[in-house]
Amino acid sequence: MSSTSVAKPLAPSAAQGRPARRRRRWTTERVVFTSLNTTFLVALAVIMVYPLLNTLAISLNDGMDAVRGGIGIWPRVFSLRNYEIVLNMDTIYQAFIMSTLKTVVVVATNLFFTSMLAFALSRKEFIFRRPITLIFVLTLYFDAGLIPNYLLIKDLGMLNSFQAYWVPVMISAFNLIILRTYMKSIPEEITESARMDGAGDFRTWWQIIMPLCKPVLAVIGLFVAVGSWNAWLDTLLYNSGDPALTTLQYELQKLLASSMNAGANSANSAANQAAVGAGGQLTTPIALRSAITMVAAVPILLVYPFLQKHFVSGLMIGSVKG
Amino acid sequence: MTQAPVSTVVTASDVEPALVPAISSRAPGGKARKKKTKDPKPKITWDRIKAQRVLLLMAVPLLMYQILFKYVPVYGWSIAFQDYKPGRGSIWNQEWVGFENFVDLFTGVNGERFRRVVVNTVGQSVLSLLVGTVGAIVLALLLNEVKNLPFKRVLQNITYMPHFLSWVIVASLASVALSMPSSGGFINQVLMNVGLVDEPVLFLTEPNYFWGIVAGTNLWKELGWNTILYLAAITAIDPSQYEAAEVDGAGRYRKMWNITLPGIRPTIVVLLIINSGWILSTNFELPYFLGNGLIAEKAETIDVFVLRYGYQLGNYSLAVVAGIFKTIVAIILVGSANAAAKRLNQETLV
Repeated sequence: MSSTSVAKPLAPSAAQGRPARRRRRWTTERVVFTSLNTTFLVALAVIMVYPLLNTLAISLNDGMDAVRGGIGIWPRVFSLRNYEIVLNMDTIYQAFIMSTLKTVVVVATNLFFTSMLAFALSRKEFIFRRPITLIFVLTLYFDAGLIPNYLLIKDLGMLNSFQAYWVPVMISAFNLIILRTYMKSIPEEITESARMDGAGDFRTWWQIIMPLCKPVLAVIGLFVAVGSWNAWLDTLLYNSGDPALTTLQYELQKLLASSMNAGANSANSAANQAAVGAGGQLTTPIALRSAITMVAAVPILLVYPFLQKHFVSGLMIGSVKG
Repeated sequence: MTQAPVSTVVTASDVEPALVPAISSRAPGGKARKKKTKDPKPKITWDRIKAQRVLLLMAVPLLMYQILFKYVPVYGWSIAFQDYKPGRGSIWNQEWVGFENFVDLFTGVNGERFRRVVVNTVGQSVLSLLVGTVGAIVLALLLNEVKNLPFKRVLQNITYMPHFLSWVIVASLASVALSMPSSGGFINQVLMNVGLVDEPVLFLTEPNYFWGIVAGTNLWKELGWNTILYLAAITAIDPSQYEAAEVDGAGRYRKMWNITLPGIRPTIVVLLIINSGWILSTNFELPYFLGNGLIAEKAETIDVFVLRYGYQLGNYSLAVVAGIFKTIVAIILVGSANAAAKRLNQETLV
């Protein structure tokens, strides 16, 4: 029965209607196309990974040798000294600890409060469900602006404090909608039976609904973690006055800014050639910056294998109509 | 429950096809459209309030929180009507000047600079959006032709990766890639080896290259990520269409052109419309990190203007005016883009 000859009153779903894979012949056209396509896609993949591999190679290369240029994806004069210097810099060490701490706190508070609110908003009987949802959804579009937000943090007395990192991002409206939609899809019988057994709303949320939401919480948590780790503007705006609160992305941004200015002032970037000393050890800004870039990128690259398993499903959950 | 689809291929078929049009009505960045729910409106009575006190306790403090952090800052807009001097203390001790700052920013001494800033913002965004959309569609079409699934999965995972790197890292990588060969600038190295140029190109000091650099860097970072929705839309196309076309003797390119592209057209249109609502809000980091004095005329965008000229140089009043302008235009753009997408959604997707 050929599927093309059958009239279908109902269009089959793409998933179910996919016919069994047929063997295709290797025609000349197919051979040519497949090899060209494969070549192109492999080249694209190389373009995607090359900049990182190059930076990795420079960071593992001797600093003085690196300024001669021409390093590809393999260090020419292997040396771990850049990392030694970077990890011995108090600022970078502080920044690494602060970035980690901040990410952990942001993920924990954001998941806790966002899911708690999502649970309330997912209950059909909840009286203020709609106005509250609307107020949160509108904040997806409305932003008072950088300086008004800064003034609020200042007036709340949170400048140069750890609170400025996690309090303003305690709830994300978009994740709220995702979670609420997911919780709505959980059969009502489950919450009903919990109530029969005498569980209150809070307990139903914490002990019944939260465990059921683990997959989506994992996805959201990973996204929140990446966002928090990658943030730099919060440090610049709110916490740049206290060196103890510095973060890796902010330190890297400062380094980038100074090298951009050096590059703009002299095309030959004399500053890039000059050796910098840190703790008596010599290296060059470019090698140092490469090492810090890697330190800032490595945690993301480490969680990436876990992320990539989940993010597509996360995107799909997010697209379910709310 | 815990299925963790490894690739979009699996995922897209896991999701009911009916969802795919719904997917296409959202941009990946997270702009959910408000959808009218069909649940009956709950009546507010005293008894219900009492019965739902735990739910209220869970929701109302967080509502207060959201209002404080997202709506209350609007009081800062009053700076736009003041000659704000940080030295005078709080915003209640300032001198009120009416619309002077608005006049100054749009027509006065700063008018020329601000117009340039708006042009840069729109130019960089539009170029990035067009290049990014075309790139993502082409890559989705090519990936769709890959029949070797493990290879396809590896390609997808590699191309999604830059999306998760921070803008600071991406800008840092870009600045190295575009620098002199002596600073590790491999793009110049390649251009010189191939013989396209004799002298290294000063990419980051020539104003006219900057929009292209922004679009190119955006493309590198988001290319793979942006293909996800197009690949999902392609999976939703009825396979019998391809079979019918094959019977009629259509080749690979005819099928791409006459079936796949029209099949994902609604997705393309909706994503373009929704993303165009954010034209004034994108492109902050790259121009801020990579822009320098030599190329400011092409690099400075609204957000950079607000941060550099406003926050860092203390010109709060002008920066707030620029911010208000941006917010209001953005709301109008996002609102009309969503309305347009909704209308198209109803006409072409359902």
